[in-house]
Amino acid sequence: MTLPLADLLTILPELLIVGAACLLLVLDPVMPPAKKSLLAWMSLGTLVLCFFISASSMNDRVFAFSDLVVVDPYASFWKLLLYLVSALTILLSMTYLKEERIDLAEYYGFILLSLVGMMVMVSAADLLTIYLGIELMSISLYIMVGFKRFEGKSIEASAKYFILGAFSSGILLYGISLLYGIGGSTRLSEISAVVTSRGGDDPLVLIALMLVIVGFGFKVAAVPFHMWTPDVYHGAPTSVTAFMAVASKAASFGALLRVLLEGFGGVKPNWNGIIFAMCLVTLGFGNLVAIVQTNIKRMLAYSSIAHAGYALIGLVVAGQAGAESAVASQGVSSIMLYLAIYSFMTVGAFAIVAIVRRSGVEGEELEDFTGLAKRHKGAAFLMMVFMVSLAGIPPTAGFIGKFYLFMAAVNAGLTWLAVIGLIFAAVSAFYYLRVVMVMYMREPSASQESETRLALTPATAIVLACAIAGVVFLGLYPAPLVSVTQSAVLPF
Amino acid sequence: MASLVFFYFASIILLTASLVVIFRNPVYSALSLLVMFFHVAGLYVTLHAEFLAVVQIMVYAGAILVLYLFVVMLLNVKREERFHGQTNVAMGLGAIMLVESFLLMLQGDTSWLSLEATPNPETMAKGNVESLGEVLYSTYLFPFELASLILLVAMVGAVILSKKGILESKSS
Repeated sequence: MTLPLADLLTILPELLIVGAACLLLVLDPVMPPAKKSLLAWMSLGTLVLCFFISASSMNDRVFAFSDLVVVDPYASFWKLLLYLVSALTILLSMTYLKEERIDLAEYYGFILLSLVGMMVMVSAADLLTIYLGIELMSISLYIMVGFKRFEGKSIEASAKYFILGAFSSGILLYGISLLYGIGGSTRLSEISAVVTSRGGDDPLVLIALMLVIVGFGFKVAAVPFHMWTPDVYHGAPTSVTAFMAVASKAASFGALLRVLLEGFGGVKPNWNGIIFAMCLVTLGFGNLVAIVQTNIKRMLAYSSIAHAGYALIGLVVAGQAGAESAVASQGVSSIMLYLAIYSFMTVGAFAIVAIVRRSGVEGEELEDFTGLAKRHKGAAFLMMVFMVSLAGIPPTAGFIGKFYLFMAAVNAGLTWLAVIGLIFAAVSAFYYLRVVMVMYMREPSASQESETRLALTPATAIVLACAIAGVVFLGLYPAPLVSVTQSAVLPF
Repeated sequence: MASLVFFYFASIILLTASLVVIFRNPVYSALSLLVMFFHVAGLYVTLHAEFLAVVQIMVYAGAILVLYLFVVMLLNVKREERFHGQTNVAMGLGAIMLVESFLLMLQGDTSWLSLEATPNPETMAKGNVESLGEVLYSTYLFPFELASLILLVAMVGAVILSKKGILESKSS
């Protein structure tokens, strides 16, 4: 058997990143400790290179490896977003890991390998390959969550995430095996044909559909499969939390959309109801429980649950029976836009949490932020912009994301769903703006004045600059990103 | 004859699988799990999946079960009483589901349940291992290599999380 060169070129970004990860693991023990930061820069360089490769093939639509892998505009869009988030995470980690004294070069290897898993998830046209991508991503994440292994809560988070993640993978696999049973193949195109011909009332199709939705529901942290999220996000090192909250959520949404729309496109009415119910409870639960949180990382965890709920609105629109294809693709493109914008503001918010330090540990309690504006004007201002954007208040990017989602819902005749989304956005403003209130309107105690400092280095400054630029620029001039997402939707 | 063989294996599987949960001594549970693994392998043989049967015994009976036994014996859990409080609830739910599935099977159309397991004639001619190896290294090369990456991650991760002296506590 010969290895076709064209196939290898199609997955060149994946190969480069795997190569960089392996090189990193090999070089780590032989490099002098003083030069270890070179390894992080090498990973960054690889990501930049891959960004350009994927961007240049943005408009291609190529199948490779006997149609198991597809590189289409949809996959390329998610990949570009994932490179960006991974690069920001690596930059943030360079400072954060030193502060927490967990700076091992293997950490960057795990980020890169996890990224490969995510890239496979969004660009696989085959359920088995998607599953392996999910596992590669998840196993890397389980380890990264437990990186602060001398801290009980980090180990606890890792174990919880591992056990629940293994369960959810098992459920997803049951669904996949049923689909393989009825279709005789794991390829989405063939499954789609069989599912369409058997119809949505077929019990086997229904059971498989439900198992697949449960499996993915866990990965995107939608209620009622969200139980792990607050504990894991809280216990994990903050840079890992940012990576999970953004990259793994984006990749899981990318895969979920492809599976539901390409694999189960013929039985939309059957899954639309399930997604609809999930969307409503996710919006409600995420936003209401976030109100009572006093720890910023837990609050952001519940807020990330709530944001998954907003993104599900787009999926409900795309799955609306009888909707025109223009409306359906508007639903998909608004999810892509929303998650891209969500990435900037969430990475920014977690970056601030990671660099505000109080007597040696990170400032993750709400009271650590008391009067931050008096001591560190810049950090407080940036945090305010991220919070305002997460709440969806104009002129920030968060508003644009919600606006396009709600507009898609209205166009699909789901005006009242948009209204519910709007009400919960108003609820969310309460807990986001409380952070702003604490920072600006409360006096810091004397001990806080002396104990709090910012771990500001050039690397973290770049992260914050990218995040704030994204939030402000996309809020004022979203047209380029909107047109990119509209041209990158799945073909209907 | 074929169905007789099937019913033998299936009933033993059901029996031993129930025993795994019923036994209070974890070592007994593990041993009845072992018997179950062997009978599942027997089912694979009747389906002409000889390679799968061998792998089932080697991986599950040989590796995974031994791991279980190690853990059970190292941790010295003699009798685990904690989880038996759930027995009544589990029995109740199980009974409901059993009755439900019987009712569903008795009434009307069950054609959706019949999935034909037709062995591919080419595979039969070549034999299990050969045809499996062929698709693994041609059609499914990409997922196969992906699985190797997963093993790499798991291996490095296990070292990172357990090796002494690479991640020290802040106090020291």
